[in-house]
Amino acid sequence: MTENLTGAGFGRLEFRDPERIAALRKKISQLCRNVKKPISIMHVCGSHEQSIARFGLRSLLPPELNVIMGPGCPVCITDVPEVDEAIAIARQGAIVATFGDMFRVPGSCFSLEQVKAQGADVRVVYSPSEALKLALESKGEVVFFASGFETTAVATAAVVLANPPANFSVLSAHKYIPPVMEIVAEMPGTRVEGFLAAGHAATITGWGVFERFVSRHKIPVVTGGFEPLDVLAALAALVELVVAGEAAVENAYPRCCTKEGNLAAQKLLWEVFESEGGMWRGIAHVPNGNLRLRSRYRSFDSRQRFDLTPDLCQEDSLQPLTLECICGNIMAGIQSPKDCRLFGMECTPQSPVGACMVSAEGTCKIWHEYGGHLIIAE
Amino acid sequence: MQRAPVKGSRSGAMSHKKVLLGHGSGGKLMHELIEQIFAPELLGSCRTQLNDSALMEINGSRLAVTTDSYVVDPLFFPGGDIGKLAVNGTVNDLSMVGGRPLALTAAFILEEGFPMEDLLKIVASMKEACEMAGVNIITGDTKVVNRGKCDKSFINTTGVGIVEPGVDISADRARPGDLVLVNGDIAAHGMAILSARQELDFEVPIYSDTQPLHLLVADMLSASEQIHCLRDATRGGLASALNELAIASAVGIRIYEDQLAIQDEVKGCCEILGLDPLHVANEGKLLSIVAAEDAPTVLAAMRANTAGRQASIIGEVVEAQAQRPLVVMKTTVGGWRIVDMLAGEQLPRIC
Repeated sequence: MTENLTGAGFGRLEFRDPERIAALRKKISQLCRNVKKPISIMHVCGSHEQSIARFGLRSLLPPELNVIMGPGCPVCITDVPEVDEAIAIARQGAIVATFGDMFRVPGSCFSLEQVKAQGADVRVVYSPSEALKLALESKGEVVFFASGFETTAVATAAVVLANPPANFSVLSAHKYIPPVMEIVAEMPGTRVEGFLAAGHAATITGWGVFERFVSRHKIPVVTGGFEPLDVLAALAALVELVVAGEAAVENAYPRCCTKEGNLAAQKLLWEVFESEGGMWRGIAHVPNGNLRLRSRYRSFDSRQRFDLTPDLCQEDSLQPLTLECICGNIMAGIQSPKDCRLFGMECTPQSPVGACMVSAEGTCKIWHEYGGHLIIAE
Repeated sequence: MQRAPVKGSRSGAMSHKKVLLGHGSGGKLMHELIEQIFAPELLGSCRTQLNDSALMEINGSRLAVTTDSYVVDPLFFPGGDIGKLAVNGTVNDLSMVGGRPLALTAAFILEEGFPMEDLLKIVASMKEACEMAGVNIITGDTKVVNRGKCDKSFINTTGVGIVEPGVDISADRARPGDLVLVNGDIAAHGMAILSARQELDFEVPIYSDTQPLHLLVADMLSASEQIHCLRDATRGGLASALNELAIASAVGIRIYEDQLAIQDEVKGCCEILGLDPLHVANEGKLLSIVAAEDAPTVLAAMRANTAGRQASIIGEVVEAQAQRPLVVMKTTVGGWRIVDMLAGEQLPRIC
């Protein structure tokens, strides 16, 4: 079935063919019309939300089909103490290299951006290897503050295994997605009838990784890519499974993703990292949700190298508005940015209250930029 | 539908204790800086910040005046250099109020140790650009600062132009029903700068689109008396220019993605880097809002000029929905999305 949905149309370089979009749209509408109740699908990836919002895909879906974003933004679920650790390191004089979005995400009192304006050396890098290059060119300590899911973690692992210089270390805030799907599925307020899994993460882990989840929770999972046709094809496959009452894993991203995944990458990942329990901001304690450096690579683990007592707040800059932020509920799929009193008012990309408004992968930022569900009368 | 954004107590330039790079991005932060810090203190009742040039009336003649500083890094990039940019950028700002450029000034801030050879190259390039634009540099200034106190060379140019009687172009003149035109493909300048920087090695050369637009504007003005708005889509890209016009005129704007021209290599690089081409800077692209009945004539005039060969009608002006001056785009797959002004900094020192 998946082959029929995804086969022929994917010969084009760009997966945006209007005719095929129209065909998938019709298929989804017909499937939804046959069921009497609304269907709720959750995706767990900021890139999926980017694609859905940027191409206005929700305005192409029937009103019965509700596509919500779960905890799919690695920056958003980076916990406050993790940001505080990076800030503590930056204040000890090390160069902290990190991805652009991590630069602005708030810790207890400050963001790395603010600490940089105060004089710390914080650099924005595009890749872990760029951080490694910084270490090779620098005499002082260079710390790569690493964020991202299992996909990005592989690139970090590769750098750790590339015999880095002694002044290089990694402060890992990497997260592992499969365990959090279990948490979200068990949350009382969440109603998810199907998961759209991130195609790039599944390209690494293999779609087989979801079989255990499906058999335990009886919720179907379909892996999908990020072009508009990819997303619609995966949604069509999911709706079909939901309507048929079938709990199974399907792969709607066959051009990249296989059942066993990228074994070489998995080997790198688990050689360097191990999973352990930890807090995800706004969600909960997630057993096995954090990726941390194994003890045999402790010499490259910033947590072993620096004093990480978080700095005491120098001023009372905790915002009372933070108490009104509903990012946690948004990431759990219980509420949407439309339900937030602060959205677009006090909370904007220029002065974000919650992490979801900071990151390019955050639901609120994406909805603010593109409109999450825009209906335009033509 | 989302609620209209309002200025909350936390948002705005005053909420930052220090100047951020984003305050110079041409996007929202810079607008806040101008509206909340510069304009109230320095501009008084003058509302000229709406447009790319200010208008002064002297003995019945209307003069257009504009000033711009250039800090582009690197100084030399595919398709241009800081000198060419400093002339074209200011000429274009004059053109955007319908001004015919008369003269420029040029002020140089140079770093001690800056190679004379590079300075000669920049000056030769400015001379050539001035000849193309038909303007002279009539006065200037030179400052040299200690090594490390500025980066190589910064240039400021001020331009003066004359606006003919009957020409009335302003950002607040867009009306529902008007059509939106662009003179060609977008996002080339920003991507040219990015590709010229060492950290990103693209194999495909991308050339800046820097060019003077005064002759194109002159042709457009001869073709129609109903050109309501002109805007140079520089920093912040087409998206910021569209939003500025929508806000100033209190209207909505709808554009159609399949009508936008973008070179394949530019589109590809934007996709790889996750940049929205609508936010990427241009240095030779203008946005024009024209009464619908005159749009075909203006389009023909644009296409007849070398700076407008690829001109197209990309959208229309509509009533603001719920009093919100929203810019939306119908995507290539048929869905709608918001086209927001660039928030924060995409790429520092683009011009």
